[in-house]
Amino acid sequence: MSALGKVVRSGVGRRRVQTVVIGLVVMIAVTAAVLGGSLMVASHAPFDRAFDQQQGAHLTAQFDAGKTTAAQLSASAHATGVTAAAGPFQTAVITPATNRGGPEGPIMVVGRADPGGSVDAVTLTKGRWVTGRGEIVLQTDLRLPQVFQPKPGDVLRLPDLPGSPTLTVVGTARSVSETAGGWVVPEQASTLTAAGAVGGYQMLYRFATAGTTAQVDADRAAVQASVPSGALAGTRSWLTTRINAGGNTVLFVPFLIAFGVLGVAMAILIIGNVIAGAVSTGTHRIGILKALGFTPDQVVRAYTVQALIPAVAGAALGVLAGNVLIVPILSQTNEVYGTNDSGVSPWVNVVVVAGALALVAATDWAAASRAGRLRTVEVLAVGRTPGPGRGHWAARLAARLPLPRPVTLGLAHPFARVLRSATIIAAIAFGAAAATFAVGLGSSLNQVQATESHGEVVVVSGKPESGPPPGGGPQVAAGPPPAPDPAAVVAAITAQSGTSGYSGVASTDVTAAGVTDPLEALAFTGDNSAYGYRMVSGTWFTKPGEIVVAAPFLTATHTKVGDTIVLTDHSTQITVRIVGEVFNIENRGMQILTAAATFAAAEPDLRAREYNISLKPGTDAASYVSGLNAALSAVDATAMTVEHDSDELILIINALTTLLTLMLVTVAALGVLNMVVLETRERVHDLGVHKALGMTPRQTVAMVIASVVVTGLIGGAIGAPIGVLLQRTIIGEMGRSVGFNLPASVINIYHAAELVLFGLGGLCIAVIGALLPAGWAARTRTATALRTE
Amino acid sequence: MSMPVIELREVSRRYDGGPPALDGVSLTIRAGEAVAILGPSGSGKSTLLNLVAGLDRPSSGEVTVDGVRVDRLGEAGSARFRRAKIGMVFQFFNLLDDLTVADNVMLPAQLAGMARAAAQRRAGELLSTLGINRHARAYPGRLSGGERQRVAVARALMNRPALLLADEPTGALDTASGEDVGQLLNELHADGQTIVLVTHDLVLAESCATRTVQLVDGRVAADTAAEPVR
Repeated sequence: MSALGKVVRSGVGRRRVQTVVIGLVVMIAVTAAVLGGSLMVASHAPFDRAFDQQQGAHLTAQFDAGKTTAAQLSASAHATGVTAAAGPFQTAVITPATNRGGPEGPIMVVGRADPGGSVDAVTLTKGRWVTGRGEIVLQTDLRLPQVFQPKPGDVLRLPDLPGSPTLTVVGTARSVSETAGGWVVPEQASTLTAAGAVGGYQMLYRFATAGTTAQVDADRAAVQASVPSGALAGTRSWLTTRINAGGNTVLFVPFLIAFGVLGVAMAILIIGNVIAGAVSTGTHRIGILKALGFTPDQVVRAYTVQALIPAVAGAALGVLAGNVLIVPILSQTNEVYGTNDSGVSPWVNVVVVAGALALVAATDWAAASRAGRLRTVEVLAVGRTPGPGRGHWAARLAARLPLPRPVTLGLAHPFARVLRSATIIAAIAFGAAAATFAVGLGSSLNQVQATESHGEVVVVSGKPESGPPPGGGPQVAAGPPPAPDPAAVVAAITAQSGTSGYSGVASTDVTAAGVTDPLEALAFTGDNSAYGYRMVSGTWFTKPGEIVVAAPFLTATHTKVGDTIVLTDHSTQITVRIVGEVFNIENRGMQILTAAATFAAAEPDLRAREYNISLKPGTDAASYVSGLNAALSAVDATAMTVEHDSDELILIINALTTLLTLMLVTVAALGVLNMVVLETRERVHDLGVHKALGMTPRQTVAMVIASVVVTGLIGGAIGAPIGVLLQRTIIGEMGRSVGFNLPASVINIYHAAELVLFGLGGLCIAVIGALLPAGWAARTRTATALRTE
Repeated sequence: MSMPVIELREVSRRYDGGPPALDGVSLTIRAGEAVAILGPSGSGKSTLLNLVAGLDRPSSGEVTVDGVRVDRLGEAGSARFRRAKIGMVFQFFNLLDDLTVADNVMLPAQLAGMARAAAQRRAGELLSTLGINRHARAYPGRLSGGERQRVAVARALMNRPALLLADEPTGALDTASGEDVGQLLNELHADGQTIVLVTHDLVLAESCATRTVQLVDGRVAADTAAEPVR
């Protein structure tokens, strides 16, 4: 083995702690970078990627079956500009009722034998594709609450069709192009058209150029020209779908990108920190090598290879861990974005590993080059106990503190090597900032979700089905029940022990000046309408004629809090005043919240269909519901507890937060460990002197731990506020990017006491990092330490 | 005859299976003696000193110092033992460069739990006695070799040890400073301090020691076994 090889081998073997630290740090950093990079890739233009993955339809065209034939439509696939087409598929519009409430309203059903094809390759999310009559696959609709998401096994009854036939949901699927609300086998589609109604056909087209509205319009004109006049009943451009889809997912994109950036940034900073520290540890050894005749180039090569050996091992393990951990996360981003990402993109793995190793090599090269360029005597002088004059003021000051002497000795250590202490502070500050940021991000997301809760108990219209029907068939409902008698429901609620407050919620459609589409208005009765809503500015409504809206409404109507606006309800114009801006993501922020009496003139019969109830502290919700249902026995209404289960995305983001936080804290602690090992090694002779003078192992541990207290506290004090600042800035920007102003409860999630805790977290990181070298220092034999020079 | 302070019985010490650094050494040193351990490099002088100070453990045999079986002590126990019983002076002083002279001297007492004010008083007395009180607030790096060794002696005496161990105390000093330190050791011995001195310096041994023990290859080759001083 060459001399260089021996130096590398001994460097790796003898500096085991450092070798392990480099390996671990690179592993964790690469894992974080793979996770972060994959999240960034997954969150980059998710609609466009999903559209490409599914070969989405640039134009979804609906044809009147009475004015064209399937053959003519097949021929339209050769229209100018068409590069691929699917169809014709027979269509029908059904209005089902389910055994679980929604979905309500008409659904367009398409007869398709299989989900694949050259256009609109539909992705099955649950269950299987239809294989025969009586089966349906429903489009996954993320806008619906989890409880209303269709599930395999649900049964749709079609009361509008003769004999009220049923369709069993055998699967759910996602078409990014939103070409249908459901799919049945082709032979079923024709049976779903009501008697006397004319059926339809659907064609799906992809075009050579469809990037702009004008191009899609031209493509549509070409298709229209290829079929009989009047046959084209309607079209939907992929550009329209893309705009609408953005609203569904865009709220999550900044969150996930923030996590991604956090992972990558952590990887870069920590690798740089640890490697620079590792070379610094070996500076004295470099001096010896140079004294023995090693050239600066040989020194640089030896130290670069020495760091790369554990780094390569760490990178390999990190890639493996990242690829395993990303699987459940990608399944969730697929759910949210409609994408089909199955794993880490190969280029992410390559870039991350290459980047990490390049970073290790570059940092090592820079640090070793610096040491290599120094004159040998200077290098030999480096890495010894700090010379006189450094940090003496701190030592004198610490000596006066009324603390045990080993503690005051340790407290003064950081001031003897200010640059190294700054590096430790940087590692701790970064760990504290990242942990504060990550936890804050997760908490904010939870707060966003909390705004969707408006009570612990809800009373809804209708009674639950009682037991299976004769013959054991599936349960079916008869359709949406009418709104219950408000007086009876309110009387039952107010009489029930444990009621803290309630609000009755009626819904109606109105139009507002400046907005073309109808808007949903929620009309409240009761004393607790504001429950769960978070105000951004202004106040909750207190009387009829006052409304509360979200930022998108204000933007769309060019109004602000304090302005008046005219609403039209059933042709009656109502002038209302906007008294507050609320954070409300329902209907993309276009929902209007007001007192029911606002619509008294326009809709005197408007009745609440739902009652949200908040309970007094200590009230058992289940018992309450049981009692209330007994009281409602004569009313066509049912009370039930509100499930506050987080949806899976929130859970996965929380898990990701925890994982990243643990990784950040671990890596920061490893950074501290590396530095304290270095510090302890350099002070080993002094340590021997202390022990010779009677310092016990416990006192030695106390001294080493105390040596990181100051740096830990400073790092925490710097890191925690930075983390909060980052969290507030990014959360605020995230809301603004989707047109919302976020309420203080979502942005300002940290209280002063919690901030202090996160600041102290820096101290914990430092202490954890110092424990191992402290134990090593305590175990070092005094005679050995005294011999060390 | 005064009480034994150090009793070594058949003490051997081997390092990593090599030849013994000490080989069956038995030795008794009584209170008030000033013993010089002499011998060539590798004869086991420093090993013997380390075993007596509890800095190292024998491979076999018994080491008793002032009634304490040092060879049975753990790390914490030997640290407490050194605080209470031993003062050490090293060839290269082993002063802590980032502490003032006074803080260096006070350190053993503070590690033993003495309050800072009391430690300051005691350090002041010692520094005055040794004639270096004017350097109390200075850092060791600014002192001459002789002055540093005086500081080291003051630190060694801080806890009023039963035994002062000096490992080549003049080895790093010029002749004048070496004589100065020799004189200091004589004065301490005259005041009743038991001293064990490891040295190559025969002049120092003759001037300071009442008894000399010659080690060769880890064995006691000669012991003047001088009459007890008192």
